[in-house]
Amino acid sequence: MSKEPVKVKELESSVRLGGFDEVVLGYNEEEALKEASRCLQCKNPVCVTGCPVGIDIKGFIKKITDKDYKGAYLLIRERNNFPSICGRVCPAEYQCRKACVLSKRGGPFASPEAINIHFLERFIGDYGMKSGLSPHAVKDKKLSGYKVAVVGSGPAGLCAAGELARRGVRIVMYEGLHREGGVLRYGIPPFRLSRDVLDYEIEELKKLGVEMESNCIIGKTLSMAELFEQGYDAVFLGLGAGTPVFLGLPGENLCNVYSANEFLTRVNLMAAYRFPEYHTPVNVGKRISVIGGGNTAMDAARVALRLQKMSGIEPDTTILYRRTEIEMPARRLEIEHAKEEGVKFDILTRPLEFLGNDEGFVKGIECIKCELGECDSSGRRRPVDMKGSEFALDCDMAVMAIGLNANSVLTKANPDIKTDKYGDIIADKETMETSVRDVFAGGDIVGGEGTVIEAMGMAKKAAESIIKRLSEKK
Amino acid sequence: MRIINKRMLSDTGSTRVFRIEVEAPRVAEKGRPGQFVILMVSGEGERIPLTIVERDKAKGAITLIYQELGLTTRLLSEKEVGDDLYALLGPLGHATEIKNYGTVVLIGGGVGIAEIYPVAEVLKEAGNRVISIIGSRTAALMMLEDEMRSVSDELFVTTDDGSLGRKGFTTDILKELLEAQGPGDKIDLVYAVGPIPMMRNACRVTGPYKTKTLVSLNSLMIDGTGMCGGCRVTVGGETKFTCVDGPEFDGHLVDWGELAKRNNTYIPQEKHICKLRFGR
Repeated sequence: MSKEPVKVKELESSVRLGGFDEVVLGYNEEEALKEASRCLQCKNPVCVTGCPVGIDIKGFIKKITDKDYKGAYLLIRERNNFPSICGRVCPAEYQCRKACVLSKRGGPFASPEAINIHFLERFIGDYGMKSGLSPHAVKDKKLSGYKVAVVGSGPAGLCAAGELARRGVRIVMYEGLHREGGVLRYGIPPFRLSRDVLDYEIEELKKLGVEMESNCIIGKTLSMAELFEQGYDAVFLGLGAGTPVFLGLPGENLCNVYSANEFLTRVNLMAAYRFPEYHTPVNVGKRISVIGGGNTAMDAARVALRLQKMSGIEPDTTILYRRTEIEMPARRLEIEHAKEEGVKFDILTRPLEFLGNDEGFVKGIECIKCELGECDSSGRRRPVDMKGSEFALDCDMAVMAIGLNANSVLTKANPDIKTDKYGDIIADKETMETSVRDVFAGGDIVGGEGTVIEAMGMAKKAAESIIKRLSEKK
Repeated sequence: MRIINKRMLSDTGSTRVFRIEVEAPRVAEKGRPGQFVILMVSGEGERIPLTIVERDKAKGAITLIYQELGLTTRLLSEKEVGDDLYALLGPLGHATEIKNYGTVVLIGGGVGIAEIYPVAEVLKEAGNRVISIIGSRTAALMMLEDEMRSVSDELFVTTDDGSLGRKGFTTDILKELLEAQGPGDKIDLVYAVGPIPMMRNACRVTGPYKTKTLVSLNSLMIDGTGMCGGCRVTVGGETKFTCVDGPEFDGHLVDWGELAKRNNTYIPQEKHICKLRFGR
């Protein structure tokens, strides 16, 4: 039996840049069986400890080797509502794969020997999607007649809506934008998460009876008080981390200095890459700098590269990061993909100032080189400026991908919902209830930027608490 | 989001201004003077902000006034009564703070007149002495003159070419009013909405008198909810988002040069797409 990890098929890097097609093609049945057969089926499956929602990883892999794909799907669905999505975007190398006993110890993330749990999950998720599988909706008669508002249609909102609707609670999901999906729609590019997958999950919710109201911002279009007046028994807030962070550097407001949110929204949500068929424009520089080292920075850089290629510009996009590659919070897979596609990495570099031309467009960045010093509170070595190493680099477009803060539109309108110093909503760790009774929250608006699976974990907890609360009502 | 009324307010041959009434019951209920909506004409369209001019709660409708400038406003004009907009979101931004300031001078330039009208109305109701100055390039582009008269204690009308009212700029009148103010009839607030050069000039004129001057900015936006930061503007040395921190700001603190440049970010694309679609 082969102990070599089964490589996943990917789109050739030369063809990737011509469009937004999904890069990872996923395992076929034979590959999935081969990879699943590498699993040692440990007596004590530590991989599960690495999963934020505690999927029975050992169990579903066993079912794959038994060719019981339906069983595998239903087993995953006990813990994870969106295996096709998580199989694509979960940072598995920091989670389940890092915990896998086959992974070499001591590194900051899983070694290549670890079972490719995420690819197996994706295989099963896609199998379930193609076969139209879904867990039986266990409608609870006691819960019919209750109505819950889900605010936000990103990972947390979608998950909470599904959990509650499946149990027979009437759900209306409110979304501020004109399309559902939240960060899965406007943020994560289609080459990483096929829109077919997202649209499928949203359609599934509609089939479950979830009503969707787009173009409606709670806190503006409707107030929280009005929701309760309209007879909602509880509210779930899955607002996301919606406000881009800027560094406050001189020249940051020059034209063609974008936040990653703006850049990705223009391209992903508004389809600027199809301008003029779609009407929202985006500028494409000849030399693009992306500042940051997370998944969003990788996404932005890879989108930039594609736009350059599609506009007939020689691709030239560089990531500027103040630490080194090891400290980058991005998924390793995405760093690899970015490199394969031709993204350049300028590590240990920190921008000091954006330089502009007379028309107010960015033309360069004054930077300083850094070296790594002592570890900071995140456990990563802190970048320290190297005096005298200042230099200017040419660039005619820059994207700031350095993080997101909470969007405060709703919490400012509802000061009784307690927030922390970052503006994130404070929710009870066990119940996910906020300081306001019957108002629950989960996802990035609680505890700041996290992952899709963490958002889902919180949403499931909140859904359970809401069900408990509703059951106690009569 | 159905258009239930549509009227062309002016047509100079090169510039057209329309007034449309759109069904939006929640916005009609919630909107306050100074706030705006974001709309999309079609699924392929851009999201553009427009100020809420009037709200009819009974009808559940809002009135918007726009001048055809780029592709989206021109496509909006192709929609007829009975047609639906693809998306409409609001009310967005902060409402104007309404209180009795004393004497308020409101200045509207071009479609900016449509934006000061609802503010003038509530300021008048709040007991202010309302002096309004409305200006346009030429008589054919003047709008809401009767409406503005009805909510103003005094109304001045200017046109650049002198075809209606005083020849000259709104800011000429503002300057005269400021010069003429005595200890008993001080101007307490100036509220200016219009093209960037007009608002900037109004601030230059009021600067020496230290008269509080509010402006409503027309930054480029996408979501309108603080998510993208495309509408950021420097106010008093700090970066603000026009959509959620504004749209009104203290005009004396706004970095006008930066705003003007940022609003020109996509001029080549706008020209290109208009030419493709309309030949000009």
